[in-house]
Amino acid sequence: MELSKAVNSSTTIKKEKKYSPLRELLKNWKKQKNALWASLFILLLITVAIIGPFIAPYDPYKPDYNAMLQGPGIDHIAGTDEYGRDIFSRLLFGARISLTVSFLSVFLGAIGGTILGLLSGYFGGWLDRLIMRSSDVMFAFPDILLAIAIVAILGPGLTNVVIAVSIFSIPSFARLVRSSTLEAKETVFVEAAKSMGASHFRIMFQHILPETLGSLIVFISMRIGTAILAASSLSFLGLGASPETPDWGAMLSLGRDYLGTSTHVVMMPGIAIFLTVLAFNIVGDGLRDVLDPKTKNE
Amino acid sequence: MLKSYRAKGFFRKGLLTVLQYIIKRIFEMIPILFIVSILIFFFTHLIPGDPARLVAGKDATFEEVATIREELGLDKPIWEQYVTYMGNLFQGDLGTSLKTGLPIMDMFVDRFMPSIYLTLFSMVWALVIGLLIGTLSAVFKNKWPDYLGMVSAVSGISLPGFWLGLILIQIFSVQLGWFPTGGADGWKSYVLPSLTLGAGIMSMLARFTRSSLLETLKADFIRTGRAKGLKESIVIPKHALRNSLIPVVTIAGLQFGFLLGGSVVVETVFSFPGMGRLLIDSISFRDYPVIQAELLLFSIEFIMVNLVVDILYSYLNPKIRYTA
Repeated sequence: MELSKAVNSSTTIKKEKKYSPLRELLKNWKKQKNALWASLFILLLITVAIIGPFIAPYDPYKPDYNAMLQGPGIDHIAGTDEYGRDIFSRLLFGARISLTVSFLSVFLGAIGGTILGLLSGYFGGWLDRLIMRSSDVMFAFPDILLAIAIVAILGPGLTNVVIAVSIFSIPSFARLVRSSTLEAKETVFVEAAKSMGASHFRIMFQHILPETLGSLIVFISMRIGTAILAASSLSFLGLGASPETPDWGAMLSLGRDYLGTSTHVVMMPGIAIFLTVLAFNIVGDGLRDVLDPKTKNE
Repeated sequence: MLKSYRAKGFFRKGLLTVLQYIIKRIFEMIPILFIVSILIFFFTHLIPGDPARLVAGKDATFEEVATIREELGLDKPIWEQYVTYMGNLFQGDLGTSLKTGLPIMDMFVDRFMPSIYLTLFSMVWALVIGLLIGTLSAVFKNKWPDYLGMVSAVSGISLPGFWLGLILIQIFSVQLGWFPTGGADGWKSYVLPSLTLGAGIMSMLARFTRSSLLETLKADFIRTGRAKGLKESIVIPKHALRNSLIPVVTIAGLQFGFLLGGSVVVETVFSFPGMGRLLIDSISFRDYPVIQAELLLFSIEFIMVNLVVDILYSYLNPKIRYTA
């Protein structure tokens, strides 16, 4: 009896000692009630983006001139637009567009910025000065203005929106990764790796990069909200998706002429953008509290 | 005596290093402005479409287009065009609009100030309401005003500006008739656009004020104040808020530049006759001299605003004052 108790307690100690960063993350994540709900909403949104075209009750492009500007009802949950197209179906298709554009642009920006930030922080010297001065030049334009300028050059379209948003994200990521790299460069394990003859590439990507991941993940989650807002603003201005595309920004842009008579045409895509950006911002806040306790918001 | 001596030394040393800092920052700014001007010039020349053909019209003959190209100086090598452009720029000549044929400077004169007023009013809204919400949230931490304040703050950051603008137009202009739906005639026409433009920064400032104030409220001097029996109505505004304002003001200043970018969208929603809307109109017409001048002006404004914020911050923050 005594023996089994002792065995049990020793296994408990063993279990407690076993540390897993992922388990720790999930444990802390569960405490973030708002962020948990927001992440569930994002999961739902991703599912909708994937299966949306299969569950949409109507063809999002097909006009129905007998059902123009109908308010929300049994036939059309979110009503119809000026061409009689079902707004709910268009929103489902739009989820795929919004998420693809924002994820792609933020990830491209993050990859570019991370590589530049690592190189800049790790090697220092002229390379650091070159990269940082170039990002200063990019910072000389407000974000959305830089995106507008890039789209003006490349021409309107969703692909160019992705390029524009990823380009304006690069300098912010580069600065963030550079400052984490400068910190990580001075640590003992990097010193050890260097003295063992590890290559620059190995030190940067295997030793320093994991150190920057925490703040990088937080920043990515926050930038996705910004990217959705930027992309929808560009579509609203007529520089992004073409008007017939079921893009949330483009839907809002077309619907504004009917604001006085059919408010739902503007309300529905607006709510979709708002809730999505809100969810990403709440998740970003939650991730920051869990992963980046230094900047924890009380 | 000792006090005045210290104050003098502090002032002299502080002022000198701040001056050094300002000069250093201005010198750093010059190459950036130079590169920005080159980038804008070359990139606007990449905009697809032939400007000479645009001016001449669709039915113009090849010869007519060639003459116009020569008149506009577009037949010269691009670096020569850049040198001419910069030379004219220093004499206050921004070029001529392809669409209207008017000097761009004249087009800017009527539009520049309304845009500046719009951004200034937005900042006033953002500061007043943002500080108020942030302070109330911190004072009533974990009570309903805090929850309400922070929910509205995170919502404000997530609201698409163009959507908020449309909703405000619908409620306050169309239904209640309190404000005009667009234009820039009188103070009333600035209310809705400036609220829309300031909403994001307002929310950001509310969050910053709250966390900064909560941090200050933990400080020893606040405890001392309270122990002395000072009322909360004196401790909060006079002791705590004043000390937590530096980071908030810095954020406000840095965000000011972003209002310039946001104004493009808001001006379009409200048909506001400002610089932002002119940019969008010029892009749709491919009026590249106007796009070029607008981008240059926006980036100069942005750099200048950031410089002023840096300088103010360097004076407010002793750490920078002594290490500049």
